[in-house]
Amino acid sequence: MSENSTLLSLQDLGVSYGRLTALQGVNLQVQRGDFIALIGANGSGKTTLLQALHGLLPHSGTRSVASPAPAQVMVFQRPFILRLSVWNNLRMALWLAGVPAAERAARAREALARAGLLELRERPARALSGGQQQRLALARAWAARPDILFLDEPTANLDPTGKKEVEALLASFRAEGMTLLMSTHNLGQAKRLANRVVYLDHGRMLANQATADFFSDHADDRTGLFLKGELKWDL
Amino acid sequence: MSAFGESLQTALRLVAEADPVLLRTVGLSLSVSGLACAFAAGFGLAAGAWLAVTRMPGRRLLLTLLNTLLALPSVVVGLVVYLLLSRSGPLGSWGLLFTPGAMVIAQTILVVPVVAALSQQLVSDALREGGEQLRSMGAGGFTTGLLLLLNERWAVATVLLTAFGRAVSEVGAVMIVGGNIDGVTRVITTTIALETSKGDLPLALALGLVLLAIVGVINIGIATLRRVQGPSGVVAR
Repeated sequence: MSENSTLLSLQDLGVSYGRLTALQGVNLQVQRGDFIALIGANGSGKTTLLQALHGLLPHSGTRSVASPAPAQVMVFQRPFILRLSVWNNLRMALWLAGVPAAERAARAREALARAGLLELRERPARALSGGQQQRLALARAWAARPDILFLDEPTANLDPTGKKEVEALLASFRAEGMTLLMSTHNLGQAKRLANRVVYLDHGRMLANQATADFFSDHADDRTGLFLKGELKWDL
Repeated sequence: MSAFGESLQTALRLVAEADPVLLRTVGLSLSVSGLACAFAAGFGLAAGAWLAVTRMPGRRLLLTLLNTLLALPSVVVGLVVYLLLSRSGPLGSWGLLFTPGAMVIAQTILVVPVVAALSQQLVSDALREGGEQLRSMGAGGFTTGLLLLLNERWAVATVLLTAFGRAVSEVGAVMIVGGNIDGVTRVITTTIALETSKGDLPLALALGLVLLAIVGVINIGIATLRRVQGPSGVVAR
């Protein structure tokens, strides 16, 4: 990697599912401390790009990772919560992340307190509300102390209170120096949280700009139509 | 009263009086089939989890073979184990033929495919929901499989119950490798076969009732646990 602050870099990246091209010609650099919002219509390739960045998908082109490799965790739109207690979900995540056994209890307690779930630690995790489950997924991810956190529409199924709680957590993660990449349909959320916005359209990256520039520069092009909600469904 | 009614009455009396022969036979059946299921669980669950997550060449062939083994006839298993354990067989020096140990081996071989095939299917289905996310958290392939088995533990309990049902109710394999020796290798099913051929229907019927009751009690136990835990592992209120 050319720059010390670059954690991840994609050059001409493409992903296909059989004959369907999900991403093509994507060039993207993720700098330490970035909060990048990925936006675009349904099926534009946001989730695929997150998964490719995370290294979960076979791809063409080049994906370069800083050395030493940054720790990465992804929080999915519908987090997979094991049929265990809240506490044991945290402990399991820390075990998978390779955290030494002696540190797990303290780390789990800290993460649950951070997400406001410490009082609920003995509850079966699947008994939690949608917002609480999403906060548990974030706590699980944060407890592993990742350098990069990928988030796939983390507030898509939440009520306004749940959204606000998750946004506050994400803002605090960034304030601590964590690098975040989040797909979202919520443009206000992208404005509030992200320092950079990537716009995807049919698997192509049409914009990659500082947030303020992105929301002011696109008056008449396809990106502008998307922002105004006037982009036609052309398959 | 009909012959069936009389037999049933005598059977119930044997059960109520805790007849020593009945207890000994039931005890041996439970220990042999329980041990066989424990061994089959250890090997079969691991094999099922591994088969679900692995993507090696030849996996489909292995799955086809495993599914074929689901219909493994118990007498064939009995014959193969007999040949292996007979004095002139490769494992003859173990001296296990006509002992409960030989019966455990035969029943283990019989139910391993059941446990492996059903748990493979279970993990394959669960992988669609959580496989990628567990991978993202750092789980390797086999660890993912084992965690999904833990997550689906109530379904695993049903798989093991199915395996136990298959083991405790089979007669061909244990008859061949156990020899149906009174007080040594005589289990519920071989006793039923013997007593029926002798015309002693009450004992056969009593053992049949006990066999049904054992499976019924285990089934009710698992159903109760599932209800208490709820469909998502959540305690029902």
